[in-house]
Amino acid sequence: MQHGKYRFIVGFLAVPLGLYGLFVVWPFIQSIYYSFTDWTGLSPEFKMVGFDNYKRMLHDEIFWKSLQHSLLFALVLPLVTLTLALFFAFMINVGGRRRRGGPVISGVRGSSFYKIVYFFPQVLSIAIVSLLFAFAYNPDSGAINSLLRGIGLDSLQPLWLGDPSLALWCVMAVLVWSTVGFFVVLFSAGMASIPTDLYEAALLDGADRIATFFRITLPLLWDTVQSGWVYMGILALGAESFAVVQIMTTGPGGPDYSTTVMVLYVYQKAFRDGQAAYATTIGVALLVVTLAFAAVVMRLGRRERLEF
Amino acid sequence: MKTTDTSAPVPAESGLPVAEIGTTRGTAPREKKEGTVLNAFSHGILVLWAIMVVMPLLWAVMTSFKDDSSIFGSPWALPDKLHFDNWARAWTDANMSDYFLNTILVVGGSLIGTLVLGSMAAYVLARFDFPGNRFIYFLFIGGMSFPIMLALVPLFYVVNNMGLLNTIHGLILVYIAYSLPFTVFFLTAFFRTLPTSVAEAAFVDGASHSRTFFQIMLPMAKPGLISVGIFNFLGQWNQYMLPTVLNTDPDKHVLTQGLVQLAVSQGYKGDWSGLFAGLVMAMLPVLAAYIIFQRQVVQGLTAGALK
Repeated sequence: MQHGKYRFIVGFLAVPLGLYGLFVVWPFIQSIYYSFTDWTGLSPEFKMVGFDNYKRMLHDEIFWKSLQHSLLFALVLPLVTLTLALFFAFMINVGGRRRRGGPVISGVRGSSFYKIVYFFPQVLSIAIVSLLFAFAYNPDSGAINSLLRGIGLDSLQPLWLGDPSLALWCVMAVLVWSTVGFFVVLFSAGMASIPTDLYEAALLDGADRIATFFRITLPLLWDTVQSGWVYMGILALGAESFAVVQIMTTGPGGPDYSTTVMVLYVYQKAFRDGQAAYATTIGVALLVVTLAFAAVVMRLGRRERLEF
Repeated sequence: MKTTDTSAPVPAESGLPVAEIGTTRGTAPREKKEGTVLNAFSHGILVLWAIMVVMPLLWAVMTSFKDDSSIFGSPWALPDKLHFDNWARAWTDANMSDYFLNTILVVGGSLIGTLVLGSMAAYVLARFDFPGNRFIYFLFIGGMSFPIMLALVPLFYVVNNMGLLNTIHGLILVYIAYSLPFTVFFLTAFFRTLPTSVAEAAFVDGASHSRTFFQIMLPMAKPGLISVGIFNFLGQWNQYMLPTVLNTDPDKHVLTQGLVQLAVSQGYKGDWSGLFAGLVMAMLPVLAAYIIFQRQVVQGLTAGALK
């Protein structure tokens, strides 16, 4: 297969690689370079300023707030989302009532119905979901508060997105709502590939459902959980959190910077405040946080690979 | 590839009474009671979450048929009559028709481009040994974990200098570039699983490399192309961050940013019912497509993470 091999390789790789290099790789390299300049983005002129942007960042109170919120997103969101998803997936696939003569493990009744419904938010744009929940959270006329009034909780009428201490949690709840279904389906597929004789053996040994989950399902699903954790963390640090915070919260990023996240701060500095160089500096910090997050999860989660 | 339906058999057909009898006869009373409580508890939570998922969507559909005063006055009340005029207004006055057209153009172009270019690169990377193969592969894969926003700041000026800012074809090129990492990752793995003998036979018969690819390998890779195609379709259809930065001309807006723009401007115009109609209009085609192609969608979206 040597005939014309290299010409073919070059011919097939040139366009994809060129496009990728121009629109993805080159901007990444540029932005690291720009973080050492005083480029505004508005004029083509700039000069090198060394580590000035980084020094400024370390004294920027809003930067620290956004970092704190982003870290909270990366820790809390995967934890809550994956826990819920594992629970649902286990109930759907293994949690069914055991019957004589029936299969050793079985899902609850209507398991395929749950999987279809839970997956709904995953196919919707996060922008549309955010708009919908922005209305639901409206303190006067929103669906949530009027539901609370409807069941007699007139005294409980939070401002939701308007309350600095609640706003961030409201935003996170929307992200949980929209991503749990994906992981339920993902874990379900993983659980289906666990051989049933393992469950049979556990049943013979008298294990109840909780023991079955922690001794059999979770260890055998660990690889999937771990990659799900990284995937969710990258989403929570990047594009998804940008959309929810930018669309749902006032300012955006408020009230009182209570919901601002790093990715939004990069956007605002670059495209609202005309401080492109400083924006790339925060972007580099976001890159470091993202890579560190992935490395920590992969390292902490490393265990002996179980073959089955 | 595992799908949802390979899970344990669903005991739906057996019905509750049978299960009841089975447990009473077979197990001790204490065990049965515990099992029942746990079962009711877990089932209750599953139902609760299903309601929490469906409620907001149904609420949006219902609201899209109400007039403005009842949207704010009584959010949970059923509409007094079905205000179809909301939908008509959203479609024409609020430019939803333009947003749909723009989205279809952008997603159509970038989906085809992504699949063609992605499979070409993946095929070469999966099947040919050459210096730099690993480096190029990891260059593509690396794009999956980097925060896109970091690149978007210089990218804005790159696109601007090329005269591609606020153009449909510019957006298509950028969508393709940012869809390549996952596409190449997924399809490289897929091409590796295909048997080599068929391609070799074609080659011995005198077919060129590119002919072997287009006439033999691509048809064989169809299942993989469908999975990654669905993944990219949803990602590109729902894309919000890239057009927000690179496509600021209101006439060129895609659905997601058009709706957000609409929501912001409703602050002055006050046509909330029209906005809800627009939201539902944007939601329904994707939901309908999902329900019809449920199995393929789930497969396409979860396939990558399971590899």
